[in-house]
Amino acid sequence: MRARDPKIRNKDFKEVSLGLTEKQAVKEASRCLQCKKPKCVEGCPVEIDIPGFISALRDSDFSGALHVIRKYNMLPAICGRVCPQENQCQGRCILGRKKTPISIGALERFSADYAVKKGNTEKTPKKKPNGHKVAVIGSGPAGLTVAADLARLGYDITIFEALHKPGGVLVYGIPEFRLPKKIIAREIEYVKSLGVKIKLNWVVGRTQTVDELFEEGFKAVFIGVGAGSPRYMSIPGENLNNVYFAAEFLTRVNLMKAEQFPKYDTPVKKAKKVAVIGGGNVAMDAARTALRLGAKKVYIVYRRTENEMPTRLEELEHAKEEGIICKFLSNPKEIIGDDKGYVKAMICDEMKLCEPDESGRRRPECSGKEFTLDVDQVIMAVGQASNPILVKSIKGLKLWGGGYIKIDEDGSSNIPGIFAGGDIATGAATVISAMGAGKRAARAIHTYISSLKKVRKR
Amino acid sequence: MYKIIKKETVAPQVVAIEVDAPYIARHHQAGNFVVLRINERGERIPLTIADSDAKKGTITLLFQKIGKTTEALGKLNAGKAIRDIAGPLGHATPIKKYGHCVLVGGGIGAATLFPILKALKTEKNKVTTILGAREQKLIVWEDRFKEYSDEVLVTTDDGSSGRKGLVTEALKEIIESSKVKIVIAVGPIRMMQAVSELTRPYGVKTIVSLNPVMVEGTGMCGACRVNIAGKTKFACVEGPEFDAHEVDFEELVNRLGFYREEEAEAMKAFKKKKCKGHCKK
Ligand SMILES: Cc1cc2nc3c(=O)[nH]c(=O)nc-3n(C[C@H](O)[C@H](O)[C@H](O)COP(=O)(O)OP(=O)(O)OC[C@H]3O[C@@H](n4cnc5c(N)ncnc54)[C@H](O)[C@@H]3O)c2cc1C
Ligand SMILES: Cc1cc2nc3c(=O)[nH]c(=O)nc-3n(C[C@H](O)[C@H](O)[C@H](O)COP(=O)(O)OP(=O)(O)OC[C@H]3O[C@@H](n4cnc5c(N)ncnc54)[C@H](O)[C@@H]3O)c2cc1C
Ligand code: SF4
Ligand code: SF4
Ligand code: FES
Repeated sequence: MRARDPKIRNKDFKEVSLGLTEKQAVKEASRCLQCKKPKCVEGCPVEIDIPGFISALRDSDFSGALHVIRKYNMLPAICGRVCPQENQCQGRCILGRKKTPISIGALERFSADYAVKKGNTEKTPKKKPNGHKVAVIGSGPAGLTVAADLARLGYDITIFEALHKPGGVLVYGIPEFRLPKKIIAREIEYVKSLGVKIKLNWVVGRTQTVDELFEEGFKAVFIGVGAGSPRYMSIPGENLNNVYFAAEFLTRVNLMKAEQFPKYDTPVKKAKKVAVIGGGNVAMDAARTALRLGAKKVYIVYRRTENEMPTRLEELEHAKEEGIICKFLSNPKEIIGDDKGYVKAMICDEMKLCEPDESGRRRPECSGKEFTLDVDQVIMAVGQASNPILVKSIKGLKLWGGGYIKIDEDGSSNIPGIFAGGDIATGAATVISAMGAGKRAARAIHTYISSLKKVRKR
Repeated sequence: MYKIIKKETVAPQVVAIEVDAPYIARHHQAGNFVVLRINERGERIPLTIADSDAKKGTITLLFQKIGKTTEALGKLNAGKAIRDIAGPLGHATPIKKYGHCVLVGGGIGAATLFPILKALKTEKNKVTTILGAREQKLIVWEDRFKEYSDEVLVTTDDGSSGRKGLVTEALKEIIESSKVKIVIAVGPIRMMQAVSELTRPYGVKTIVSLNPVMVEGTGMCGACRVNIAGKTKFACVEGPEFDAHEVDFEELVNRLGFYREEEAEAMKAFKKKKCKGHCKK
């Protein structure tokens, strides 16, 4: 896909990828073999009819393509940009065995962007209101999907969101240069156009309890509160000034617009030499954000090698082009402060890889050597854990792994009427898997409420 | 939008506002705080709920104008609205029948002890309140504390009200003369630290309310982390109250100073900007 010049783009927050032109899109679509048993579809968590929409694109029927996608995926402009396609749809494309797989993500993004450019806002058919209220807690991709699917079926939906802006990680985590905020705003407008109400500043469990929601007449509750609580390493120096958790660093910039301080009131510390610890999307986003804030040197410090990195391939490539320096097989063990309590260096162990662990990735082990990185800021992106506020407030809710909600295949929890999905059920995962969970839960909620009606009629 | 019902200046640079927030008022427990954002460009700042009225659906916030956001908040008059308020956040103060309790409030931190006082009295505790400040003018809500406490002691640095001296001196006498079961102290960090050091040798359980810099206040970012007995805790969900004897006060002081330059810059820009009427909006 076309991208902006790395030397220019690494100084601003404008979108990096430029997307395909009409001509490029049609040409790419024409490469598709239109497989009878398409492998690509198996790789997509929401099973989009990929050959179907690609075939429309091939015929230059751009709105037709979007129409096919929308049946499966409510947020194509977002997924086309952030799905780890190389492990999903594209990763399975039959063409990939010999040559280059079809750029399915880019085509999906093109279809969604094209409609907007042409001002085609589609009208989704909506059933008559059925009068049943459903509460959706959290406005990330999981919550938005449940809300939209049920609203289309005629349900009266209210989304409750703790922050002052809806969108979940899409607004507070993923940076503007990867996923412009106006795209998320557009998708949220679409959800609202279906009649969905959104209550902001509503920390369910504190502002109102789930029991109270049921008392107010909500027939079912969907929990999609994400896995928003940062993990940390518990190494010495972790609480020095200029050690950030990635979640804080990214929230300051994405949600609070700290890069525009003092026009916006929230500050963020700009540093010269930054080490970002971790190898996932969060680490890449933090590193590239630090660069854009003016850092001269930014390191990614990761304890395994490039092969084990969980980040999207495209992000790693973009990061390297922009000048991020990767330190593989390096595990931080101490952050050193100056006499004023600010970061001045970080000591890392040099690692070597041993046999694979239970995750199938080769386990890193200390080689006995260490080195010191001269840095003035450290950003930790070593994973997320479950946020306790809501789950702990619900008595009897079955959990696993120290705070994630235990759900069935369809998204139902052990408590009748309470459903869940997305990161709070699976642990930190992906946008599209959260959406897939939302779709399944919407179906299950519909079945559940329909069965309630039957019971009452008898 | 959350409408300001009433505004009152309670001491120099100290303002109390009563705000319409029915759901927060209904769920407020002593020790809780809210996070608010005045307008679209505003910072999210935490303020303790100093009082609430569930029937009326209002909460009262009391703050000291010390920086950009609190200055701007202090300019909003009754009838105006605050864009965002989320809460009630943080753990509730553990309230039960203790026996003799001592509340120690430093400066305006005292006001945030008020809900705790009311809750302790509901459980029929004996409560002594010590209010300390630099001078008489900075003692807030003395009348309200007198209404509920068994005894109120005032100390000022200059002796302009009550006895001359520090809160710790008054506290020491009480601890030595009575069987104090719990001390709850809220105020400037150095005051809370001094109270903590004082009660430690006596083995009196002591709770302090910590005020690290917060961003969202719901446990999502880790900005508010504090060091409690050598372990990292998120003050917004696991606090803000902690066992005083386990707090690493030096680390907290250091972290609180992290944005000093930016705070000064924001304040300068704010003071310089001629109001085009936006601050009244
Ligand atoms: C920096 C970053 C980059 C990422 N990059 C990618 C990527 O490139 N591709 C990809 O596929 N995935 C990526 N992910 C992962 C992806 O964003 C998540 O898996 C996905 O957003 C999970 O969706 P969700 O709906 O479960 O929850 P979230 O998006 O986390 O949304 C949950 C929402 O619930 C709200 N909430 C929490 N508690 C309460 C409460 N008590 N009451 C009311 N509301 C509450 C939160 O404020 C939040 O808005 C990234 C994640 C991060 C942090
Ligand atoms: C749980 C909690 C409860 C609090 N309750 C009260 C209260 O009831 N009344 C009151 O007057 N103050 C209270 N504070 C402190 C209050 O949040 C700060 O005074 C306020 O954020 C200052 O913002 P500012 O822009 O006016 O000043 P700034 O110039 O930005 O900062 C002045 C000082 O306030 C602190 N501060 C700045 N930003 C934040 C932030 N986002 N979060 C926390 N502290 C910050 C720093 O120590 C800083 O040096 C509380 C703090 C916490 C954490
Ligand atoms: S939603 Fe994601 S996985 Fe599915 S086809 Fe689109 S880009 Fe591929
Ligand atoms: S597997 Fe590849 S070639 Fe086959 S239908 Fe899917 S995208 Fe087209
Ligand atoms: S303020 Fe973000 S975790 Fe406490």
